Amino acid sequence: MPRPEVLDWLRKRFFPHMWCPGCGHGIILHAILRALVDSGKKREETVIASGIGCSSRMPGYIDACTIHTTHGRSLAFATGIKLANPELTIVDVMGDGDCTAIGGNHFIHACRRNIGITAVVMNNNIYGMTGGQASPTTPLGAKATTAPYGAIDPPFDICKLAQGAGATYVARATIAQPVICEQYIKNGLANNGFSVVEIISSCHTQFGRKNNRRTPLDNINFFRNNSVPIAKAQGMTPEDLEGKIVTGEFVKRETPEYTRLYLDLISRVGGNKA
Amino acid sequence: MPRIEFWQGNVSLAYGAIAAGCRFFGGYPITPSSEIAEVMSEELPRVNGRFIQMEDEIAGIAATIGGSVAGYKAMTATSGPGFSLKQENLGLAYMAEIPIVVVDVMRGGPSTGLPTSIAQQDVMQARWGTHGDHATIAYAPSSVQECYEVAIKAFNMAERFRQPVLIMSDEVLGHMREKVVVPEAGDLTLIDRKKPACSPDDFMAYKPDPEDNLPPMASFGDGYRWHITGLTHNEWGFPTNCATEIAFKSARLMDKVNVYRDEIVEYETESVEDAEMIVVAYGSVARTALSAVRQARARNIKVGYFRPVTLWPFPDREIEKLSEKAGKLIVPELNFGQMIHEVERAVHGKAGIIQMSLVNGELFQPSEILGKIEEVA
Repeated sequence: MPRPEVLDWLRKRFFPHMWCPGCGHGIILHAILRALVDSGKKREETVIASGIGCSSRMPGYIDACTIHTTHGRSLAFATGIKLANPELTIVDVMGDGDCTAIGGNHFIHACRRNIGITAVVMNNNIYGMTGGQASPTTPLGAKATTAPYGAIDPPFDICKLAQGAGATYVARATIAQPVICEQYIKNGLANNGFSVVEIISSCHTQFGRKNNRRTPLDNINFFRNNSVPIAKAQGMTPEDLEGKIVTGEFVKRETPEYTRLYLDLISRVGGNKA
Repeated sequence: MPRIEFWQGNVSLAYGAIAAGCRFFGGYPITPSSEIAEVMSEELPRVNGRFIQMEDEIAGIAATIGGSVAGYKAMTATSGPGFSLKQENLGLAYMAEIPIVVVDVMRGGPSTGLPTSIAQQDVMQARWGTHGDHATIAYAPSSVQECYEVAIKAFNMAERFRQPVLIMSDEVLGHMREKVVVPEAGDLTLIDRKKPACSPDDFMAYKPDPEDNLPPMASFGDGYRWHITGLTHNEWGFPTNCATEIAFKSARLMDKVNVYRDEIVEYETESVEDAEMIVVAYGSVARTALSAVRQARARNIKVGYFRPVTLWPFPDREIEKLSEKAGKLIVPELNFGQMIHEVERAVHGKAGIIQMSLVNGELFQPSEILGKIEEVA
């Protein structure tokens, strides 16, 4: 049962929510709220942004400053909000299709700028809301309504993508580790820059029914049995890692945050006195 | 004291926006609008504003909407292909009722078309470019001075009605240099968005005030918590499938122009009182048209000049009234016929309409319009 201070962050008037019973996204919502509460954030100074998809309906249920935008574009909106008011805490909640397909360009550029936003990417390997079509993270061979013979497109590794593009905090956990999810989101919030927390989520309704993970528990068990911590993964061969989910913190580094650089620029040209 | 400048249209528009209170610009380079972004990148930090060059046109308008949500008067600028790319998020700004100004410096199309040549082919896209019904306010300046002035008007309308406002400039105007009389800041009438007066817990972001049917808008960060969505929503801003709530929201979006039409519509006329024929033109073409009308008047031809300053809402009633006396309307446009459909709709068959179309990347010559006037007279 959520703590009262966590429940305060929910817009109960908008319930019941639209997710399927057993959806992994509820675990992530709870982890995000616990992380915000424990990080001492205030609802009126916290922005939750999203694009389109099941995951992107999350902001509606959070009693903060929330913006549900267009498909894939949420980071561009969030960038504008953060630049306008760098004091705000910004969490951008995204799905795998939202983040890496239609929003891929915005994602890599948010990483490149190192703007102070925490992106929580809920990766359930499928387009759930539209009926289970293949996404850029659908594993090779997995079935989807638009990959009836199994996916042949190589999937993205979201954490490697974020790392390569310049994000300064990058971590991955699964919904089978809710406390670790919470910790990584907290670490992301504490990072003064662009943070990416990929959380492997489940869609038993769309992904599971075609890929032998029909129940919510099947998915949790799958994640438990196939997750490998980063330290252990380093000693494994690529063959051994086939089909495994490597979890842990991949990037923790410091480079100047974008809005700080812009505020410095304003001072340099005297705009702070305007 | 007003000061005198010698500016390009794009530069004038940028300074007009800053005078209007614009403090946020999100953009992406595109010819022939890039000078607007360049001026903003230099000037905004000096006035504690924010400029950001985004990764694409889509992100440019998205960041601009974000800047407005966080409380700034915000603008983006583009041209044809970029205007196409911005349509999706423009729709979000209409639906979510976020005030922004979008500039389209029109060039030839379709597609990449003619990046460095004038056209007027985006007029209908301004009205119908994004999907779904919405009220459109679009200005078409026709001088460098007016670029400055419509920037201020566009922000005032955007802030007042809590919706996007478009400025449909064109390549010739954007790059032409002319004298601009820059008014004193204190002489400008500026409108800021209406803020909520209620407590944060009572704030309903989409509940209109009864006196004007317009909802106040809080900013992210000023103590209010609210939800923004591109889904059709109720007064809380939460998605709805309730027919009554959908109908209420949809009609209210249209009412912004339906109810306030007379306060928004602007136009300019010359020599229309006794005119038997009127040339209806906008943007850079209006300059050619006015020159031709004056030359024709010198030859004792009773011809008048009508220039819509707002393309949307279109000054239809005003044109209809004039068409009762003037039996013929000449409509020169740099397209194969866009605004002419509005003129036809306005006059209800009361006047004959003569189309002049030019789609070769150039402006009409005054002699061409004068020739048409003499032919029709």
